[in-house]
Amino acid sequence: MSKEMREPIESGCPDAWQYMHPVSRKNYGMWKYHEHPRPGVLKHVALSGDELWTVKAGTQRILDVFTLRKLCEIGEKYGDGYVHFTIRSNMEFLVADGNKVGPLIQALESAGFIVGGTQNSVAMISHTQGWLHCDIPGTDASGVVKSMMDELIDEFKQTNMPNRVHITTSCCQINCGGQGDIAINVQHTKPPKINHDLVANVCERPTVVARCPVAAIRPAMVNGKPSLEVDEKKCICCGACYPPCPPMQINDAEHSKLSIWVGGNHSNARGKPTFQKLVAAGIPNNPPRWPEATAIVKRILNTYKKDAKDWERIGEWIERIGWPRFFEMVDLPFTKYHIDTWRGARASLNASTHIRF
Amino acid sequence: MAIEKHNTPMLDQLEQGPWPSFISGIKRLRDQHPSERINRVTNDLLGQLEHSYETRKGYWKGGTVSVFSYGGGIIPRFSEVGHAFPESKEFHTLRVQPPAGNHYTTAMLRQMADSWEKYGSGLVTFHGQTGNIMFIGASTESTQGFFDEINEYGWDLGGAGPCVRTGMSCVGAARCEMSCVNEQKAHRLLLNRFTDDVHRPALPYKFKFKISGCPNDCQNAIERADFAIIGTWRDDMKVDQAEVKNYIAGYGRQYYIDNVVARCPTKAVVLKDDDTIEIKNRDCVRCMHCLNVMPKALRVGDDRGVTICMGGKRTLKIGDLMGTVIIPFKKLETEEDWDSLVEMGATVIDYWAENGLEHERCGEMIERIGLANFLEGVGIDPNPNMVSYPRQSSYIRLDKWDDAAEAWYEKRATA
Repeated sequence: MSKEMREPIESGCPDAWQYMHPVSRKNYGMWKYHEHPRPGVLKHVALSGDELWTVKAGTQRILDVFTLRKLCEIGEKYGDGYVHFTIRSNMEFLVADGNKVGPLIQALESAGFIVGGTQNSVAMISHTQGWLHCDIPGTDASGVVKSMMDELIDEFKQTNMPNRVHITTSCCQINCGGQGDIAINVQHTKPPKINHDLVANVCERPTVVARCPVAAIRPAMVNGKPSLEVDEKKCICCGACYPPCPPMQINDAEHSKLSIWVGGNHSNARGKPTFQKLVAAGIPNNPPRWPEATAIVKRILNTYKKDAKDWERIGEWIERIGWPRFFEMVDLPFTKYHIDTWRGARASLNASTHIRF
Repeated sequence: MAIEKHNTPMLDQLEQGPWPSFISGIKRLRDQHPSERINRVTNDLLGQLEHSYETRKGYWKGGTVSVFSYGGGIIPRFSEVGHAFPESKEFHTLRVQPPAGNHYTTAMLRQMADSWEKYGSGLVTFHGQTGNIMFIGASTESTQGFFDEINEYGWDLGGAGPCVRTGMSCVGAARCEMSCVNEQKAHRLLLNRFTDDVHRPALPYKFKFKISGCPNDCQNAIERADFAIIGTWRDDMKVDQAEVKNYIAGYGRQYYIDNVVARCPTKAVVLKDDDTIEIKNRDCVRCMHCLNVMPKALRVGDDRGVTICMGGKRTLKIGDLMGTVIIPFKKLETEEDWDSLVEMGATVIDYWAENGLEHERCGEMIERIGLANFLEGVGIDPNPNMVSYPRQSSYIRLDKWDDAAEAWYEKRATA
């Protein structure tokens, strides 16, 4: 390399103050209350009496520069030029003048963006990289999300759910999409297929052995070459060996399936935070529109919407009605696979005579 | 322009329907962008993605790519089918740290877009699941140029690999009345104390700081962060009785009995005959529910601080772990308070770096060695707020009980 390399400026996390709406700067930490005038809009009022209005827009998350500039243009023409991104990749436009909200919404909607996602809506599905960019994906989260949001769009634009609904998708069991009221995750069902010719050169074998959660992998000589073998009776098909050892291919066009989990909630409101629980598996990984997974998600959502009481998240609703009624109402089978076998599983068993009839 | 466009019959189906389509966006880059390089890159990207849709397999492999003097911050991607899709055969993502709280001016977004299209594919996401701005799609050669350009105007790479990862913090004090802590200050003080640990992966595995301003935990810190900082308060909740009456006049008394009084997890809300509310603050666990239902009538107290939970993570390797209470309450007011927060982060990271196994998250180490040993290691005293309930099993040696009990009384006397 002939050119002299430039030393980086290790500035780390930038100060947001310079990018923050002036009303936020003036009233930082001094807010009084908020209102929800309509779906997709929040009105925050400061102790000083200042108002800050938020218009939330759903996007495709994977933004091309044209779309990004279009959003900027709308933010400049109809807003104040200040935006905030939510954890679910929605763009929030912040304006000081409530009169700007109507024209801003109109501009966003006529450009094809979807205004909503506040309060008791089905929020934008948080998702992962998938086939577009990940090195270990079982599916394409962006495609699953696009397909599902097409069908859930009315629930994004309205706030008719008993409480907010956070949906996530993940392309492997690492679950980068995270916990959700509903999570759609890849679940492999066959052990990895090992290309023994490549293992010795590509994989650090002790690392791979150590990575297995159930100690099913051991070093072995195969065809005279150092490789790894999997005890397929022990293997739980989790795919943890695949990232450190790509020759242990876990993805399978037919046998990598989708599964659906419900009841994850990170908020401390009412009960303590909860992890999601398995309700459906064996769902075909069916691009480009994954209709089978969407159908189950919609069934769960519709039942929840009809049956849950105000403020119950999906997990709280099920806690009230009980799991037997949940499986009955959403018409999903209850199998031996729903009974946990992992460490701590005993705590999930019903050690009582509490049965609903 | 003479590029041969790949047929994408499956992806084309993702252009139908009302939700904005990422496929249409990629096609705009292929068909309308003035840079022929971008047209070609995105064309081959679509080709490879269509191939993935047809075969239901991914075709990206990792590798080693970084910028000068850093060891991480870039997710390298080399195509396994690069012979068929050569223009996008190197398609790395640069992870860039967002400002605390994810605030941007449109002017800054435009400046980043201008830089990005000079070097990369023109695809960007705000933000990835770890919290970074993800500039998706740069060749190995162009990563340095892009980084140099945006680094000059204030942007730095985030974490990737076994290192301190990019932090996340909620909108918090910038907009929200529930905020109990200066989230941005916590975020920047912590992350920028560990910049070296962000850029040069040398820890057992990833380590995440996330900050939520209140127990609603909009950043999902408790489930995803090794070190979760969650705002709370310890004095009395503030009640505006006139606003309570307004709420009740709106939805009716029964609604607030069913949805506030009955939903309080510790029965700490009393609705009286005259439609005023009494909060039994000693019983309240600061769950936020009643404040969420009646934000105009109820407010967080003035004696604010944070609860720190540690050890949260997702499945790999031993199963999901929720962060658990390590510091029940900490004031963050004086510079000494802030210094001690950062110091605590350093102590925990050091202890884990020393004692964690390879690829073992902090919470997994705590699970393996036991919380009591971890507390001893990092110099924090046991506290009943750390457990849901005390030990149930009698299988424990208690021969040092008297010393531990004496230490408890001594600490209490000097507190």
